[in-house]
Amino acid sequence: MTAALSTRGLDKSFGSLVVANDIAFELPQGARYALIGPNGAGKTTLINLMTGMLKPDGGTILLGADDITKAEPADRVRRGLVRTFQINSLFPNLNALEAVTLAVCERENISATWWKRIGTYTAAVDEAHAILSSLRLGADCYRPTRELPYGRQRLLEIALALATKPKVLLLDEPAAGVPRDESRELFEVVSSLPSDISVLFIEHDMNFVFRFATRIIVMVSGRILTEGAPQEIAADPRVREVYLGKAGHRGVAHG
Amino acid sequence: MSVALDTPHTYLESQARWHPAEAAFWLATLLPFWLFPDYLVLASQIAITALFALSLDLILGYAGIVSLGHAAFFGLGAYAAGIVSKYGWGEPISGLILGAIVAGIVGYISSVVVARFRHLALIMITLGMGLLLHEAANSMGWLTGGADGLQGVKIWPIFNTFRFDLYGYTAYTYSLIVLFLVFLVARRLTNSPFGLSLRGIRENSVRMPAVGAPSRAHIRKIYTIAAVMAGIAGALLAQTTETVSLEALGFQRSADVLVILILGGTGRLYGGLVGAVIFMIARDQFSGSTPQFWYFWIGALLILVVMFLPNGILGGIAKLTASWRERRGRA
Repeated sequence: MTAALSTRGLDKSFGSLVVANDIAFELPQGARYALIGPNGAGKTTLINLMTGMLKPDGGTILLGADDITKAEPADRVRRGLVRTFQINSLFPNLNALEAVTLAVCERENISATWWKRIGTYTAAVDEAHAILSSLRLGADCYRPTRELPYGRQRLLEIALALATKPKVLLLDEPAAGVPRDESRELFEVVSSLPSDISVLFIEHDMNFVFRFATRIIVMVSGRILTEGAPQEIAADPRVREVYLGKAGHRGVAHG
Repeated sequence: MSVALDTPHTYLESQARWHPAEAAFWLATLLPFWLFPDYLVLASQIAITALFALSLDLILGYAGIVSLGHAAFFGLGAYAAGIVSKYGWGEPISGLILGAIVAGIVGYISSVVVARFRHLALIMITLGMGLLLHEAANSMGWLTGGADGLQGVKIWPIFNTFRFDLYGYTAYTYSLIVLFLVFLVARRLTNSPFGLSLRGIRENSVRMPAVGAPSRAHIRKIYTIAAVMAGIAGALLAQTTETVSLEALGFQRSADVLVILILGGTGRLYGGLVGAVIFMIARDQFSGSTPQFWYFWIGALLILVVMFLPNGILGGIAKLTASWRERRGRA
């Protein structure tokens, strides 16, 4: 079976700083992969390259069998490659219902319609509300986004992505900035994502990574150091040295 | 709040429902016929300015596109309607449509460029386009009358019945009806899926591609629609005053309409209308006594509003009524 998402020889540098060096990996259909690595390893850059927010210097990106290396960002989303943002990128003065309805309307190609009221599109609005309810945002959906607590806003990030009906979902630190006791809700949401969506996620919480990921990719200084099953990664001395080295004892001891 | 009991689409439908204050506003636009019959000429100019500000609100208040050259489309509509009547076709409705089409075509062409830029670059591009058009009209004196203005505009009676009179009775009726019809279109647009996407662009243009939105196509579309509406406003001015001056597409007019919209409040349709009423009446009153001093007061008012009412006068009123309701609800 073709991978849901794959890259070959992906390169990117800013001047003399190499941020992506010959990146090649495959994300199978329905996979749950984690992308880990120390700060500045190039994890978010890789997501930016795959979603088209950065242009690679070389290499190819395949979504299924399609070469999307040169596709526009919005076009990639329409084909099913969708991301969330490490730092909330939401619509502050729209409420959650409006924001998710917006995303549904864009997907359904009704966003160009200017002569009909949005409330008459009951199917789109109901779907938006159903997505919000499934993420436990139903009660908050009439409040402007800017008034929502940070943890709720992180959930809305995921709701917006789900509204596009993704095939491949790239989650950039879904629980970033959320207090530890609230992050559990986010991890539960991520764990219960539909199994037909292929998920690649960046996360620093090693407990979650080792529990949820079926495979882990380790990045260091713009290149893939290694990838493997969680046990292999945990046992890999190189990974311990560059990444888990300091945190490893703690992580293993407490995990 | 009662909305919690509503289903999501009835909630969204309720957002689009007519508010009693809206009905009151439109009824009040009829008052000049009885209360100020001597000021109908001014009233028609207010209606035209309000329509122009409304068109700017669609791009600035909804899509977040700042323009310093919006008068270009106003002027195009004015010259198109004026020139066609000068050369023998003075039928007003078709003249209005011609003004809309000419402004719309130029609006669409410029929207291709406008949609690619944001922030300061966008302001400079719209400003540049406005200046270009102003100079073009200035140098094409054989067509536009240049700095002397377009003379010889003759408008036929509306529907061959309603002659444009000296008191502005027909002019105000005509301008008001056109304003209301265009307003209905704008109101529907802002409550549509397209209107929601425009607000998305204003709120976070970076996120829009990440939900699969073709932002540039949306911007081209609203910019063209706004140009059409500005063109209609310009055509109205040409027809009701039977002259067009270079000032119709000058920088001052672009700046004035921006001030009007910001005074009234952006992104709420009525902001431009209320702003136009305040601005035009104040100008009429102040400039009678000390014309050169008029912009001093507008400058002071603008600074005060931006400092203390960041959402304009209407935004301030909305905030007041909301807090009043809350206090009453608590008591």
